[in-house]
Amino acid sequence: MLLGQLNAAASPLSQEQVQKLQGLVAELNPIQQAWVSGYLAANANTAALGGVVGAAPSAGEAAALTILYGSQTGNAKGVATKLKEQAESRGLAVKLVSMSDYKPTALKKEKFLSVVVSTYGEGEPPEDAETLHEFLATKKAPKLDGVKIAVIGLGDSSYEFFCQTAKDFEQRLNKLGAETIYQRADLDVDYDDEAATWITGALDAFEPDLKAQQGATAGQVVSFGAPATAASQYTKQNPFAAELSLVQKITGRDSTKDVRHVEISLEGSDITYTPGDSLGVYFLNDEALVDEVLELTQIDAAAIVKLGEEELSVRDALIEKLELTQSYPGFVEKYAVATGTPELLKLVEDKAAMREYIEPRQIFDVIRQNPAKLEAQTLVDCLRKLQARLYSIASSQAEVEDEVHLTIGLVEFEAFGSEHLGGCSGYLARRAEEGCKVKVFSEHNDNFRLPANDETPVIMVGPGTGIAPFRAFLQERDAREASGKNWLFFGNPHFTQDFLYQVEIQGYLKSGLLSKVDVAFSRDQAEKVYVQDKLRQNSKDVFAWLEAGAHFYICGDANRMAKDVHQALLDIIKENSGKNDEDAEQYLKDLRSANRYQKDVY
Amino acid sequence: MSEQDKNVKLSDNERLKRESNFLRGTIEQDLKDEITGGFTADNFQLIRFHGMYQQDDRDIRPERAKQKLEPLHNVMLRARMPGGIIKPEQWLAIDKFADEKTSYGSIRLTTRQTFQFHGVLKPNIKGMHQMLNSVGIDSIATAGDVNRNVLCTTNPVESELHQEAYEWAAKISEHLLPKTKAYAEIWLNGEKAETTEEPILGSNYLPRKFKTTVTIPPNNEVDVHANDLNFVAIADNGKLVGFNVLVGGGLAMTHGDTATYPRKADDFGFIPLEHTLKIAEHVVSVQRDWGNRSNRKNAKTKYTLDRVGADVFKAEVEKRAGVTFADSRPYEFTHRGDRIGWVEGIDGKHHLTLFIQSGRILDYPGKPLKTGCRKIAEVHQGDMRMTANQNLIIAGVPADQKAVIEEIARNHGLIDDNDSEQRKNSMACVALPTCPLAMAEAERYLPSLIEKTEALLAKHGIPNDSIIMRVVGCPNGCGRAMLAEAGLVGKGPGKYNVYLGGNLEGTRIPKLYLENVGEDVYLEAFDKLIGQWASERNDGECFGDFVIRKGIVAEVKVSVTDFHA
Repeated sequence: MLLGQLNAAASPLSQEQVQKLQGLVAELNPIQQAWVSGYLAANANTAALGGVVGAAPSAGEAAALTILYGSQTGNAKGVATKLKEQAESRGLAVKLVSMSDYKPTALKKEKFLSVVVSTYGEGEPPEDAETLHEFLATKKAPKLDGVKIAVIGLGDSSYEFFCQTAKDFEQRLNKLGAETIYQRADLDVDYDDEAATWITGALDAFEPDLKAQQGATAGQVVSFGAPATAASQYTKQNPFAAELSLVQKITGRDSTKDVRHVEISLEGSDITYTPGDSLGVYFLNDEALVDEVLELTQIDAAAIVKLGEEELSVRDALIEKLELTQSYPGFVEKYAVATGTPELLKLVEDKAAMREYIEPRQIFDVIRQNPAKLEAQTLVDCLRKLQARLYSIASSQAEVEDEVHLTIGLVEFEAFGSEHLGGCSGYLARRAEEGCKVKVFSEHNDNFRLPANDETPVIMVGPGTGIAPFRAFLQERDAREASGKNWLFFGNPHFTQDFLYQVEIQGYLKSGLLSKVDVAFSRDQAEKVYVQDKLRQNSKDVFAWLEAGAHFYICGDANRMAKDVHQALLDIIKENSGKNDEDAEQYLKDLRSANRYQKDVY
Repeated sequence: MSEQDKNVKLSDNERLKRESNFLRGTIEQDLKDEITGGFTADNFQLIRFHGMYQQDDRDIRPERAKQKLEPLHNVMLRARMPGGIIKPEQWLAIDKFADEKTSYGSIRLTTRQTFQFHGVLKPNIKGMHQMLNSVGIDSIATAGDVNRNVLCTTNPVESELHQEAYEWAAKISEHLLPKTKAYAEIWLNGEKAETTEEPILGSNYLPRKFKTTVTIPPNNEVDVHANDLNFVAIADNGKLVGFNVLVGGGLAMTHGDTATYPRKADDFGFIPLEHTLKIAEHVVSVQRDWGNRSNRKNAKTKYTLDRVGADVFKAEVEKRAGVTFADSRPYEFTHRGDRIGWVEGIDGKHHLTLFIQSGRILDYPGKPLKTGCRKIAEVHQGDMRMTANQNLIIAGVPADQKAVIEEIARNHGLIDDNDSEQRKNSMACVALPTCPLAMAEAERYLPSLIEKTEALLAKHGIPNDSIIMRVVGCPNGCGRAMLAEAGLVGKGPGKYNVYLGGNLEGTRIPKLYLENVGEDVYLEAFDKLIGQWASERNDGECFGDFVIRKGIVAEVKVSVTDFHA
């Protein structure tokens, strides 16, 4: 409906509301309109979910396929959405639910269940899957005899516990009596084709039984967790070529870290984002490395190769399309076979040795250390597609409009006598020139959002580049003139060198936007001090804030920091409330269920 | 006479001193503030009264602004060392601290006969004061509107006379020190004690900085005319009997403000020893009450004297002290430089003066000066003295230790027979990158200026002659360019005002010769002038006297009328 045609009769709004709405919309530019539409959708959605979720199963109780997804960065949600769409196009009844919105007790009413879940860090479930993942392993979990399931995992094979969460889900569901009717797929970072194949296979398996139980009734489609922001035409598959406007080092000259503040212009695109979202960035591999690889494998740079349907020179393919940095077992295996290198072939049999071998090496190290003459196509077939790197967005469009800012730590290390750089961070920090185009897309993350209520206080724990989304939060709250208090915890090695966005933070303290800032510079004194120590030092206040309804956010390192902060929180809760371990855990779980404890960790 | 016209607005510094609760301010809160490395609001000024200046590395200020980092705030500390005497064990302590806790790793000797640490980060400040306290050093009142570190001629030869003069310097320093316990409370975790008055300095302290010396003629090393109050030692048969009191010297000025000028001190007359502290106290008290508290550029004693008349000021001091000045006793200044190398004192002890370029003690490639000083301090049995020319004296060496000390000094580049007279007679203030006031380079530029001047002297056939040449980054006076034969005063990056016509004794103010010029211009002028001087000078005529006699610049006799004329 066009706004001009909007009137009280044709809408659920009063005439006065219609006028207010028309007045507001007239002031908004297209980006703002898109934002408002997303904001209202999310708002309405949240409100609706509160009342509906518990009763939801009745909608398709007879026979519907329930798709549960647990997503950290949005990839699993994307696959789950595709699965839903395919199911719908087959006329199947389907429910798409985020695990964070799913009541575990509803499980016993399910007949057909598909689980789409990613894994991050050292085999851990994504934030929104945590509760269900844990619940399934408890005695409270119901018997699921007769339930048919199909599980698909998303992960990154360069990590040791590849797709562990999907494996856990399947195993736990099976143990409760559910029957796997289609074989689980463990998707690697380059998953599009394999996902499509699996979806077809899984639906083929579900369809006969579903249809039989469904009878003649048309599919009742219920969808939860619709995207909060209007979808852009630019996606992971179709990224936008954006101008790189600024790459500025923001650590001091004597820092041991090289962190860059990156500004990218989204001008000319319809990409919008909300604080908490991530930006996917494609990059070019180092040409010098590519040329070295071609020389080592005695391949003519101009040789034409095929990548799917596309034909291009092997050199271009290696620069633009294929992963050359982040190593993973699949590559070593294929390269071992292609080259017949005995040392590498031995690794294929020995998982632990493979891990150890991969750990210090980038892909080109493997080639450099095991050079062999190859056909261009053979080399290309050994490699997987270059994956965009996701970075938490460090800006709010309320402040920067059609720009997007990132905070990127340059991955750099010495190995085998040469300097190694991260694929994307190396590209942005060292090779890309300001003014050049980089391909980007935005990834929405509804699991990391400011409170809808501007009066709600927030505590943000973001050491290192974990500060990024909180810069976005602060810009947003500043622009919204949100009255809720803001408390930032930041940490890094050295005060003089590594205080990211120091001047901005000082400004926000002065203006009163930030009520409190606590910093932990670990290496400025004999005894190391970290953000969790600062939390503990402020135990009383932290608890008081939580009791006052504060939302608590963590961003940054998943393996150590997020766990240490979690533990500190538990201790703080115990100390101030007299709760025991279990009750303190429950306190945090309740926070999480209320979306008041959110993590963006990696 | 009232010190203030009630209608004139006081300068903001007067407010902050009054509101500071006797120099405490909220410094302790700032020390706990982990978000900035600097001090906020009034505390930025108040820490000066505790001997520190907030500075930053100006070389990287623009770079850090882009990095969204605040300037690299740190403090410079200036110790209180009356007469510049430091014991070897104290030296070892400051040497260690400079190494471990300062960004520049140096000990900087200054024209105020003391040392400075440069680049101390906020978390290290308290520890620094506690370290100093543990070896009997403090930094109370070495900056700010107070009587600062009291100088005393280092003269190691006349050892008894020096000892007496030094003791007076120490006594004057103690007598004029602020009485507030703020320093001990804040930095040494001292017990909190309420301060209710400052009997000498007043609760608003002085209108402006105040500098005092005790001087033993004929050496004018301390440059009496750069100081507000000077006690010129008068001896009778090698025994100190009293002082001539010189009041109202000072070199600071402001570019473009002709109401400001460097000025020589006036001789108020002679006093016997017993009146020394009383006179010191009341020169200070008259300046405290009469000094200009609304315009800081006109607040120093020299302007008070020119405003009220030296005789009126003197009469008020006499009235308050209950002491009448006698006629001045005759004395003569003949030189200002340090005699580099060994001398033997009348007590049979030996003294080695080490030339330290720009006073910067640091391990340079091939010249590990700092290590050398430390090794000397490890074996030395006497004391060490920092001179007002930024050099270091290893004083009181018994004959049998001479060889050991000399060997260490030579091995570490502390004795360099190749240092020219020109090098030894050149001086610079700290300036960039740490001093916030500097408009141009000084210390870092000096070595290359010396080489170019040496080349000009050689070109005109007088390689062993020298000109007292001083380079300063701003017109505030730390490097005493306004008493040089040739003084360069920073105006902007690479640009200086060139003043000519000071003399060897330090009793004449030089006059502006070139304004706001770059190196090519003044080197060309030096080339011509040195050529003229070499061929046309009288016997023994120094460069400063020559340029006056030739009328190249007019002589400044009375600053207030002549300097800007």
